[in-house]
Amino acid sequence: MTPLARVQERFSTQIIETHSFRGDETAVIRPEALRPVAQFLKEAPELDFNFLMDLSAVDYLFFAGGRIQKPARFEVVYHFFSLKFNHRLRLKVPVDEKAPEVDSLCALWASANWYEREVWDMFGIKFKGHPNLKRILMYEEFQGHALRKDYPFNKRQPLIGPQY
Amino acid sequence: MTQTRSMLLNVGPSHPAMHGVIRLIMELDGEKIKDVDVEIGYLHRAFEKMCETVMYAQCFPYTDRLNYVSPLINNVGFAMAVEKLLGIDIPERAKYIRVIMSEISRVSDHLTCVGASAMELGAMSVFLYMIKAREFLWELVEEITGARLTISYVRIGGVKADLTEGFTDKAFKTIAEVRKVLIEADELLTRNRIFFDRMKDIGKISAQDAVAYGITGPFLRSTGVAYDVRKASPYLIYDKLDFEVPVGTQGDNLDRYFVRMAEMEQSLRIIEQCFQQIPEGPVAAELTGDVVPAAEMVDRAKMGRTEGLKEEEVNLDPTLQGSTKKYHEAVYADRKDVVLPAKENTYGNIEGLMNHFKLVMYGHGIRPPAGEVYFPVEGGNGELGFYIVSDGRDYPWRVRVHPPCFPIMAALPKCLIGDMMADLVPTFGSVNMIAGELDR
Amino acid sequence: MSALNSPTGFITSSFKHALGWARKFSIFQYPFVTACCGMEYMATNCAHYDQDRFGAGFPRFSPRQSDVLFVVGTISQKMAPVLKTVYDQMCEPKWVVAFGVCTCTGGFYDNYATVMGIDTIIPVDIYIPGCPPRPENVLDGLIKLQEKIQRGEQSRTLYDPHTKTGRPVELQGGYTIEGHIKHIEAKS
Repeated sequence: MTPLARVQERFSTQIIETHSFRGDETAVIRPEALRPVAQFLKEAPELDFNFLMDLSAVDYLFFAGGRIQKPARFEVVYHFFSLKFNHRLRLKVPVDEKAPEVDSLCALWASANWYEREVWDMFGIKFKGHPNLKRILMYEEFQGHALRKDYPFNKRQPLIGPQY
Repeated sequence: MTQTRSMLLNVGPSHPAMHGVIRLIMELDGEKIKDVDVEIGYLHRAFEKMCETVMYAQCFPYTDRLNYVSPLINNVGFAMAVEKLLGIDIPERAKYIRVIMSEISRVSDHLTCVGASAMELGAMSVFLYMIKAREFLWELVEEITGARLTISYVRIGGVKADLTEGFTDKAFKTIAEVRKVLIEADELLTRNRIFFDRMKDIGKISAQDAVAYGITGPFLRSTGVAYDVRKASPYLIYDKLDFEVPVGTQGDNLDRYFVRMAEMEQSLRIIEQCFQQIPEGPVAAELTGDVVPAAEMVDRAKMGRTEGLKEEEVNLDPTLQGSTKKYHEAVYADRKDVVLPAKENTYGNIEGLMNHFKLVMYGHGIRPPAGEVYFPVEGGNGELGFYIVSDGRDYPWRVRVHPPCFPIMAALPKCLIGDMMADLVPTFGSVNMIAGELDR
Repeated sequence: MSALNSPTGFITSSFKHALGWARKFSIFQYPFVTACCGMEYMATNCAHYDQDRFGAGFPRFSPRQSDVLFVVGTISQKMAPVLKTVYDQMCEPKWVVAFGVCTCTGGFYDNYATVMGIDTIIPVDIYIPGCPPRPENVLDGLIKLQEKIQRGEQSRTLYDPHTKTGRPVELQGGYTIEGHIKHIEAKS
């Protein structure tokens, strides 16, 4: 049984959508189910996802010129990997634009700490229960969140030197 | 009554022992490190944002500059991710060339890391020898790709050019030279009291911690976990090659040094095997038809005298990058919607010209289907993954790179706390931080 | 400077000339290495290309002991105040070399995070463009710097992005074929 099928079986009501495009198994789940699903992924012996390999987010503002509708503006994307079974799973959580907040996974995987800080820095998505949520790549004086689609790529906010 | 207070010490962002820009704020109790705060982002160059503003093929120069010690692996990783998105396969020979170039890059990456960290412990000559070996490898890279460092050699659906004539002999000579340097460095370092004592049992991390922090690559393997993407999920032709994954036991600086030295030897073995297995390419292939100047061909086509034109080869002007037709099929996938046509076709006939412009014009270009993929390759420092979201247009909607350095830096306090202040230098040297991929 | 050939055994020179001669062969450089160009900087410094032949082989890692600041690699907005601090700590006379196209003009990192040319922050004496420049290119730049030191010249102006003054013309509008031809014609 693939990890995706196992998660579907266990959390059938919490899953919004699944697909496995080009062999990448993906489950889109409700934000409130993130914590239990993640815990299950880590602790179920037949899944044993001991790596949180990657954590990032995607901004779907005017995705494909507005042709493709997404449930929410942002999606936080988790890539899990199991060393024992050598399988992978992608988890996605839609995050609303008005209250961009999801649960933090710091308590389960230590690697989530910095990744979540980066997502906060770049997208302005808050993580509930994160011990030290502050900017990581940009400086504190920076206004806005750079990887949002409505942030112009060349809008500079110099600390010193001329404004241009 | 005596009162002790801990001292705050700031190291970086521009510090001689910090090869790469990072700032460490350390809390010291005497000489012992009590706490470390790592601050990164001093080389944030907005890789991910810039990729959203350019077409797929134009992302390659940006990927070069992620891990600038092994740029070819980044090229390969990005190209493989886009190929997965497109669902295409590339010719066998191109796969071998990619593997050869990635392994050359991996060796130069490890050489730089070991050499620089040895230099910081006073072994200046090792650094000079290792840079010498790296220079030999870069000469190989330069012969194939035309550039030393920032290469952009890999294309979506293949590689830019085939191997040159006589390259195999040169490569074998270089491998022998590099082996000599490795033996020399091994003699200078491994039984060197200063080096050994400063590396042994310093910067230790347990396998559980390393996994919890999501660390991969030589750093994870030094703790005893044999995870290598090339073995776990073989891409290209790694499943046909015979190589070992060296692992350590302690997870300290010395083990990381041993793992890197052993890995260089394995990479050299892989290169040798590739040269033995690589399918014969058309490097020595002869031009079949009559050779005519491009202008003459165009004139004939304009006047409608197209009879027999297809059989004729074009003699290109040297400024037009030379002739590519003879190896085009061997190193590029057979997909006109992805791969640029051979230069002879671009300049010689209208079909090739239109094909070329369809691929480079804004609003046309390579158009993968809407979807998302994640593709990991084994980079110099660990799993280098590209997560690409496409909306069906010629620009990537989102390119996310999973940088192998990032989790290592997050775990740096774990390695440092409890050690002496002076142990910062060997520990930091052995983790091989590359600011370009750490901050992107 | 040929004391052996002179009949009296003495040489005559202006003080300024002698000072420049002494300075140009004992360059103490501060390598402000941030990014990819650092790899080529390493290569230039090591045995193959050997910067030491030009008297510039020994990097000083304290700004107070160095007289040429090599800015090697992209400078981000977060890094800019650090660069300025390092420059201000150096003693006079001091020179600055912009190594790589990111430091010259910002290169293709025209985005929110990157400083578009360090000459908006500190004055630059020698620009070595290239991404990264080849070691030969670096040595050429180093010789040009030595000539400048010999003449006793130092840059003091900053680049103004609004009026576009204070930067060599070649680096202002990007590369054009017409500009390149003009440049070659002016040279010959």
